[in-house]
Formats: sequence, structure tokens, C-alpha cells
Amino acid sequence: MTVADVIVQRRSKPFVALRLWSVLGLMIAAFAAAPFLGMPQFVQALVIEILVFSLLALSLNVLLGYTGLVSFGHAAFFGIAGYAVGIIAIHISTDILVTFPLAVLVAALCAVPIGWLSIRLSGFYFLMITFAFAQMVFVAAFRWKPVTGGSDGLIVPGATLFGAPILGSRESFYFFVLAVFTVCAALLYAVVTSRFGRTLVGIRESTPRMRALGYNVRRYKLAAFVVGATFGGVAGVLNSLFNLFIAPESAHWTQSALVLVMVLIGGAGYFVGPIIGATIVLLLQHWLSSYTEYWGLVLGILFIVLITGAREGIAGLVMQGWSHLRGKGP
Amino acid sequence: MLDFLIAQTLNGLVYSMLLFLLALGLSLTFGMLRVINLAHGAFYLMGAYFGLTAWNLTHSFWAAIIVATAGAAIVGMLLERSWLQRFYVRNELDQVILTFGFALVFADIMKMLWGKDIHSIPVPPLLSGAVQIAGTYFPAYRLILVGVGVALFVATWLAIERTRTGALIRASVADRVMVSGLGFNIRLLFTYVFGFGTAIAGLAGVLGAPITGIYPGLDFEVLITTLIVVVVGGLGNISGAFWAALLIGLAETYGKALYPAAASFIIFGLMAAVLLIRAWGRDEEDVE
Amino acid sequence: MTAAVRTSRVSKSYGAFVALKDVDLSVEPGERRAIIGPNGAGKSTLFSIIAGQKPPTSGSIFIDGADMTGARPDQLWARGLSRTFQRNQLFQNLTVWENVELACAAHHRGLFKSVSRDALDDEIGGVLERVNLLGSHDVRVANMAYGEQRQLELALALAGRPRILLLDEPTAGMSPAETQAMLRMMIALPREITILIVEHDMDVVFSLADRVMVLNLGEVLADGTVREIQSNKNVSEVYMGKAL
Repeated sequence: MTVADVIVQRRSKPFVALRLWSVLGLMIAAFAAAPFLGMPQFVQALVIEILVFSLLALSLNVLLGYTGLVSFGHAAFFGIAGYAVGIIAIHISTDILVTFPLAVLVAALCAVPIGWLSIRLSGFYFLMITFAFAQMVFVAAFRWKPVTGGSDGLIVPGATLFGAPILGSRESFYFFVLAVFTVCAALLYAVVTSRFGRTLVGIRESTPRMRALGYNVRRYKLAAFVVGATFGGVAGVLNSLFNLFIAPESAHWTQSALVLVMVLIGGAGYFVGPIIGATIVLLLQHWLSSYTEYWGLVLGILFIVLITGAREGIAGLVMQGWSHLRGKGP
Repeated sequence: MLDFLIAQTLNGLVYSMLLFLLALGLSLTFGMLRVINLAHGAFYLMGAYFGLTAWNLTHSFWAAIIVATAGAAIVGMLLERSWLQRFYVRNELDQVILTFGFALVFADIMKMLWGKDIHSIPVPPLLSGAVQIAGTYFPAYRLILVGVGVALFVATWLAIERTRTGALIRASVADRVMVSGLGFNIRLLFTYVFGFGTAIAGLAGVLGAPITGIYPGLDFEVLITTLIVVVVGGLGNISGAFWAALLIGLAETYGKALYPAAASFIIFGLMAAVLLIRAWGRDEEDVE
Repeated sequence: MTAAVRTSRVSKSYGAFVALKDVDLSVEPGERRAIIGPNGAGKSTLFSIIAGQKPPTSGSIFIDGADMTGARPDQLWARGLSRTFQRNQLFQNLTVWENVELACAAHHRGLFKSVSRDALDDEIGGVLERVNLLGSHDVRVANMAYGEQRQLELALALAGRPRILLLDEPTAGMSPAETQAMLRMMIALPREITILIVEHDMDVVFSLADRVMVLNLGEVLADGTVREIQSNKNVSEVYMGKAL
């Protein structure tokens, strides 16, 4: 076997991205068509919620699944952007071309110092410091009444475009979120499959090796942190604009834990894992809350079962089942 | 003003002692088993509820203490034996997720069994008097709690530093494989240590019940503060846990009394600062 | 001629424990230099310091004459220094190809240094061919035999055509056959690469090295050519009757 043979062999393999995106593309097209085929309003609201949290989970996965950074404070950026969009809309302008990018920028800028400090730690200590910073954001939102509305939360003025109100109807917001989600998911996919993304995976697999190979690991970790925070911020903006309201709970550690669950249940090692996880967790939450108030019990059991038996999440289970069916073995 | 300061100091000390009891268990468990038990707060609440039931049945505070401590120990050891043991070889994140899952499960089970109301256990008549210090009266119970905390610190420190079991524990922290190779039943020792940790968490729960009350959500509240104490004091460091508990307990009490708006903010900031200062001093990279 | 690697009075203490004391080591360009010594002698500590993993408590390290004391591993890499790890640090969940890809890609970072897909693939293929791992290009590292993993470890260090190669007990845990194969590979390395090796296996050391430094309890016990070390009484005493 020569080098040329190997290269040819490698290039002849089916293109993973094509398969993945044809499936995703079909689903997105289906969702785009659904309202015209009579999708009820409350289902649209559910889909919006799922898309927002899927995006948040995807953004966390850049840190968690790809770089191996277990953050317990990701909700901080969800909250920061969510509040930023409200505060900007109240004090500067409700024009979406102003509020949206600025709010995301605010989240990204906050991620720089927070990330720069946090990545100096690893493992449990990284978990604790991201938790600490997120709680500081929560407390600030909770206590800084004049700016954030305190524990009452903040009412977010509706978005406008060149003076005219937009996204007023559920349907229009539905398409808006679908479009933003598609663009962001595509961007994230491009990021994680790029050389940058492969570098992050290398850092996850063996940081000392990466350093010895000449990579400035800290810089990459910071970049991953900021990218994750930026897209988490986008999710936060969507959330605020949808609910036209934001509360401090958006930045609470329980929110961070929820996103973490979503990523882990879906499967942190796979691109679509977070989407699957967000869908399942939200559906469960909605379905169960009408039957029982013991949502914690269910979540706890999910955690335990997951970590004991299905470490790779649902995506992992599916992939294992798939290889078994094709006779490949583990 | 002085009265206020003294009162707050005493409250802070009591709170610190409760934190220390919790931090002791968590720190020992990490130092020895390398496990971070996020269900630790649940054991605090569990002890309080066990104690509550015991008190409701017997009206004896002493019975409540015994039931609480034993109950928390038993549940803890069962958990360790049945589930946790398999996770010693797994990485930190897995353990965190597992114990967090159990924390959620315990929280809801306790809600199911004891409901959502706020309960309390009254202070036993024997300890319910007031002591006069510097012109003001202080509840005797609180002073006793402080005494218990200090006594336990000294006792545990002595046990670990000066006894054979303590040496064994310290050796296991340093080199688990070696110690088990020497023929000691490490697994049993681990179970006992874990049980000890949860037992004192339960003890703290029942002792603290007259002061903090008993209600759902308390488990996560104390867990968070305990984590802060353990992180600041250093994972696995007993005396560190004591001094950190004092620092955080007093800081939080004064903070709530003087600057309620910024208190939690400062506490979390303190933890972040301690973490960072320690990291800066450790710029070496250790390859496993 | 400027030494490729030179340490000047390097010392390392951990609190009261002195791991290294005033170690002066020099490695000439193109030389094969070995560091040996009984367990606890400080070989690994010295190695980690030179590799940039730990800073020395005192003393300096010079790479090609430049003071690189306290430099990070990635900064040392930029100077042409490459290393292997005693305990394999490979990307376990990635394939052999992907492992080498990360190593090769490191040289083509930055806007002005980007490389075409074809050129990179050729480079990766070349590296794998040189270490006889081309056939396993698609194997997940976690599924590979230990000996092959060690080979890959070396391949990663060689991927960038380093000028200075630091080898940390490369034959540790290998069978005699695997050791021979590794030794042949190391001997075959071109003299453009300076090699500094920490080893326990005396046969390997004496077959490969030009000069040998013996450490004991953190201090330099002996330093000279292979022949000088072999006839050094202190050294054989320290190894307690080990046949040299």
C-alpha cells in the first residue's frame, strides 16, 4: 500500500456532512412547511422553545463535547445576552438590527475576561469557577433592580425594523427562529469540522500532547469559550424576544445544569446530540409537568441511568445500534 | 452597635460550624475516595427530616440526633456500596453527574415523604436557656453548637493525624493501590469513610434544624455554600475546611446583615478569587 | 559550536525535597545524548524542565544558545524542539491518521502558512510510511497494541522534522522484539536531528548514545562517553552490580 493508495481510499469514503445535512435539511424544510399545513400555535411555541434551547445546547457542546471543558456556568451568557437585548431596547433602540447584534456582542465581550480567567483551571475547579461567575451574573441580575428589574424580571420591548414593529405574530417569530437556528447550526458545524474544530478535539483528547506539538492551548480554549458564549448569547436574544420578558433565573445554575443535561442526554460527542437532548428534555418537561411535580426525580433518574449505562447519550446509543445492525461491532 | 456585632459574630460562628461539619464530610470523601459527592447537601436535609420524624415520635432531641446520624450513615453506605463503588475508576465528571442525579432523586423523595411545608425541631429544654455574655443574652444552644464544631474539628484532626486508622486514611489518599496491596480491606474502609461523611452531614442537619429550619431546597442551598468552603479550604484538607468554613460563614453572615444586596456576589467572587490565586501559583503542567 | 541544548546549574526543589541540584548538561548539535540513573535520580524532572513542562527553581536552559528558561512547551516547539512522553499521550479516540494530521497541521497554522489538502495528506502519508504505520491509518488509537502506540508517539514527535528530539524512556514497557525495532528506528534517524534520551534500558543506551550523563539523587554522578561511563566504578556501584 502506498501513500497514494491510502489517500484515494480516504477520499472515497462517503461524505459524512452530506448525509447529516440532507437529513437536517429535510427536517428544517418540514418544519418550514408545517405552519402552512395547519401546525397549531401551541406546537409552534414548543418548536420555538426547542430550537432556542437546541441552539444553547449546541453552543455549550463546543466547549463540552469538542474541547472537553465542562462548564457549569453557560447560562450566564444566555442571561447576559437576554438582559442586554432588553436593556438596549429600553434605553437605546428597539430596532432589531441594533439590539440583536449588540446583545450578542455584549455576551461575547463578557466571555473574554470570564473565559480568560476560567481556562486557567481545569476539571472540577473549572466547573466551580464557571459556576461562580454564572452565579455572580445571577446575583447581579437579581439585585440590580434599577437596571435589570431585580427579582421581578425585565419586560423586553417588542422588536422593530426601521421603526415598524416586526415579529409580532407567533408565526413570523417561528420562521425567524427557524432561519436563525439554521444559520447558526450551519456556522457551528463549519466551526467544529474545520481545522480549528479538530484542534479543539485534540485538546480534549490530550492537552499535554497538543502543547508539545506546538499549539498555544490557552488561546484555543479561550476561542472555544467565546464561540460557545456567542452562540449561547444568540439563544438568549431569541429567548428574550420571544417571551418579551427575561428573569434572573435564566442565568441561574439550575439553567446551566439543564443545558448540561440536554447535551449529555443527547450525546456530547456528536454534533446533533445537543439537538436531540434539548428536544427530549423539553418534551419530557412539558409532558411530565402536567402529570407530576416531581420533575427533579425524573431528571435525576435520567442522569443516573445515562451516566451508568449510556455514557455517549442517545446519539451514541443510536450509533452503536446502527453499527451492530451493519455487522461492524463496537 | 456592639451588641449587633457580637450577635452577628455568634450567628456567623454557628453557621460556620454547621458548614464545617458539612465540609468535613465532603472534603474527607474527596481526599480519600477522590469523589465529589454532590448529593452531600441531600444528606444534611435527610438528617434533618429523620430527626424530625424521630422527634415527632419520641419528643426526644437525643433520639432525633441518633436517628438522624445513623440514618444518614446507613443511606450513605448503601449508596456507596450499591452504586458509587463502580465509579471510582471513572473520571470526575461522571461522578459529579451521578451524585448530582442522586441529589435530585433524594430531593424529590424527601418532598414526597415529608411534604413541602417548613418544619423545625425545637431546641431541647436542657439546652434552651440563655447565657449572658458582655451584657447581652445568647441562646445556649448556639454556643453549644460552636463548641461541638470545634470539638469535632480537634477530634477528627487528632484521629487522622495521630491514630493508625488515620494513618491508613492518609496513606490511602496518597496511594490507594499500594495500601490495598498491603492487605487492608480498602473497599470496607472507603465505605466507612463515606458513611462517616454522610453521617456528620446528617448530624449537622439535625443540629442545625432548630436554627435553619427544614424545607425542600435547603439541600441545594447548603450544598452550594459547602462547595465554596471546600474549594476555598482545599479539597481533602481538614484544617483548611475549618478555617474556610469560618471565613465563609462569618463573611456570609456579616454580608447578609450589612450588605444584603452584595453578600452572595462577594462570596462567589471570593471563591473565584481563591481558585485563581491558587492556580496562578501552580503554573506547572503535570502529565499523568 | 553552540550547544543545541545546554542547562546551566539547573536545580529543582519541591519544598524541602531537592530533586535536582546544579545540573550542567550540554548536548552538541547532531549528538545522541543519554541521561541515565537509578529510580528517583531526577531524570524525569530534568527532562520535564528541558521540555518546558516545569520551570526550574534556579538555573537556566539554553536552546541553540537562546535563553529559554521557563518557556512553554509550545514555545520550545517553535524553536524546533519535539518530545515524546513516557506514558503515551496520544489522541485515543482518533485514528492514527487523525493523530498525525494534528501533528503535521501544527506547522501550517496562520494565514500565510496554509497548505493545500493534497500537500498535507502527502505529508501525513509520508510520516506514517516512515514509521511503518501506513497500514493502520484508519485504526482508532485506543484499539492499537502498546508497541504500535509507542511507534505512533515517536511519529508524532518526528512529524514536524524537529531539530532537537527529546525521548522520554521510549522503550518503556516494550518486549525485546519491540525494543529492537524502536532502537533500529532511532539509530536510523538523520544526524540533522539532535537526540536527548532518558532511558533505563542499558543496551539501548550504549547502542545509541555518543555521550552519557549519569544522575544520582539529583546530582551529576558522571558525564562522558559510553566507554568512560562503562568503566566508571562509581556508576556501577550506584547501579549495584548491574552488568554494564
